Amino acid sequence: MEKIKTVAEMAANGETPEILFWVGCAGSFDARAIKITRAFTKILQHLNINFAVLGKEEGCTGDPAKRAGNEFAYQMAAHTNIEILNAYEIKKIVTTCPHCFNILKNEYPELGGQYEVVHHATYLQELIDAGKIKIQGGGSFKGKRITFHDSCYLGRANDIYEAPREVLAILDAELVEMKKSKKNGMCCGAGGAQMFKEDEPGDARINAVRTEQALEVNPDIIAAACPFCMTMLSDGVTAKDKQKEVRVFDLAELIAHGQGLDSIL
Amino acid sequence: MLLKILQILVFNIIFLSTIYLAFKKAKQIYSNIQLGKAMKKDGSTNERIKNVLLIAFGQQKMFQNILPAILHFCIYVAFIITQIELIEIFIDGAIGSHRLLYHTFDDNHIFHFLYVGTISFIEILSVLAFIATIAFLSRRNLLKLPRFTKPELKGWPTKDANLILLFEIYLIACIFSMNIADQAMHIQEHGEGYGFLISGMIAPALSHLSYTLLHVWERIGWWGHIIGVFGFMLYLPHSKHLHILLAFPNTYFAKLTPKGQLSNLEAVTKEIKIMMNPDTAFAAPTEADATPVKFGAKDVFDLNQKHLLDAYTCTECGRCTSACPANQTGKKLSPRKIMMDTRDRLEEVGKNIQANGGQFVDDQKSLLSYITVEELRACTTCNACVQECPVLINPLDIIMELRRHLILEESNSPEEWNGMFSNIENNSAPWQFSQQDRLKWEEN
Ligand code: SF4
Ligand code: SF4
Repeated sequence: MEKIKTVAEMAANGETPEILFWVGCAGSFDARAIKITRAFTKILQHLNINFAVLGKEEGCTGDPAKRAGNEFAYQMAAHTNIEILNAYEIKKIVTTCPHCFNILKNEYPELGGQYEVVHHATYLQELIDAGKIKIQGGGSFKGKRITFHDSCYLGRANDIYEAPREVLAILDAELVEMKKSKKNGMCCGAGGAQMFKEDEPGDARINAVRTEQALEVNPDIIAAACPFCMTMLSDGVTAKDKQKEVRVFDLAELIAHGQGLDSIL
Repeated sequence: MLLKILQILVFNIIFLSTIYLAFKKAKQIYSNIQLGKAMKKDGSTNERIKNVLLIAFGQQKMFQNILPAILHFCIYVAFIITQIELIEIFIDGAIGSHRLLYHTFDDNHIFHFLYVGTISFIEILSVLAFIATIAFLSRRNLLKLPRFTKPELKGWPTKDANLILLFEIYLIACIFSMNIADQAMHIQEHGEGYGFLISGMIAPALSHLSYTLLHVWERIGWWGHIIGVFGFMLYLPHSKHLHILLAFPNTYFAKLTPKGQLSNLEAVTKEIKIMMNPDTAFAAPTEADATPVKFGAKDVFDLNQKHLLDAYTCTECGRCTSACPANQTGKKLSPRKIMMDTRDRLEEVGKNIQANGGQFVDDQKSLLSYITVEELRACTTCNACVQECPVLINPLDIIMELRRHLILEESNSPEEWNGMFSNIENNSAPWQFSQQDRLKWEEN
């Protein structure tokens, strides 16, 4: 992977990136999510897209704080981020995290942060539509069954259902839908800051139930578009001791693999 | 003659008192809703009207599941169209006429054709509604759909649901008794009935009965029906069936922004602005600051009017709860219960205010006496409940307001969340990683 430019470095040369890649906390620190970050970066670099990251200047968007009810911690975080983004005159943000996507797109404007915000599912779909991403021979997914798990913050929260599916469609795999998908898709259990605490008492874990729904359609690959869904579903698959037969991948990883930029299978 | 005057008298007394009581109750519901904070109305009016037409009138969201949607639609259309016949019934009752509309235009064939057509249409719909009602009764009581057997439906809510279905059957029975007997009488007088489609087929078989018997029968049907309608008007405000009226304003006022967008807490924005501005940060508090700001909601007063309208509109159908991932995995959270609790608390507050001459007297309770912290904690903010609701209720919004209160006013938060908050505040990530390491992923 080539060296990644930071917005600060570009600014020092009097440049601004066309696109800011918002990596997010999971994408920066979570070992599994880092692979998604790297895969997506490789795609961007491969296509010579003029992008940069904030690096040390990026901070949590405040999503888990806000969803937990701590509006104070959220708005403090948001103010800091908005100041930086506005200082660099950022216009367009692409992110691999639906939670960052949702909050940047929908909730930052009221605090003075107005940007064009795109989730990487949509961004990849646009690149495909523009003919920039081509996958020769479908990218060795022949005979594989892929099922896509809708992230709540991409799907119901923002009505994005088709983009990720269109991205998957260029792989020569067989796409199968779970019984509950799109509008009716079931949550992985991570949202609303659940990721950051123990479950309330109950008789099952949400990710276990959702993973069972995915396994029902006998997939080889469960595709996700969110680093938190990734954790939840991977844990679910491992808990069922199916991690050898069924792998969980992000859209970016699948596309990077299809383009020969990454090797995941 | 005397009997007729007596009937007019009785009708008008019942009619006027019903209207009076219904208005009183409506006013009370209205002022209860007014207890909430003003709501923000975003987006275009056109889009709002579109929602009313598609979702309230067209019941678009019900059609996710086609069979119950059709059955529900039959009951709904029967209900609406019957109102046309009801107009005549009201006039007849008030002035003691008999099928006034029909007889006013006695020689007008076109009008008679329309009249007979309308009543026939109502009869067909009534039969369909009857079938639907039976289906719904069996679905609730024999099939025992999981969403109809959740704990929050124990007691009154289950009775309410069944009662209204039985009531529907009662009304349909009254309409048919009235129409059948009336036509049998008409046959005796004129040699033929009015020509109503369904009752017209049954009436000839009864035309040999004595005129007096038929007349009594017809009166029983007529009075039974009209008293049923009055009863319904008075019962409605205490029932989940208020949705037949409130679905319209509720869909109109529903939020148009993306479901993922939570409201911005202005009070916090203000505080932060003051804090960030060196001129104001250390200044003495001004008068405007004297009123303590409340963050989030503890009681119905702290919610907004849409939240409260939501609570009155809820049909208790439980679609939200059966889609809720927390509920599906055995957690205590049920978005339907959130709505029912909000309504119950609001009614309680309303009664309190009424009993105390327009002033709310602290009763040592709040909405949080109904909804537990455990329920609120379990929500993943997945929006499945919002997506499901056929009348555009947003249980998540109320959950969020209550969560804000717990954290910001009571510092009531699980330890792990406190850790997450301070990480975000101190090192700009929910975990304990240094912000300096944010590009480490590059190194692999
Ligand atoms: S948003 Fe919360 S209450 Fe609504 S369905 Fe999801 S978890 Fe349940
Ligand atoms: S909130 Fe909506 S979906 Fe839930 S019970 Fe009430 S009417 Fe039904």
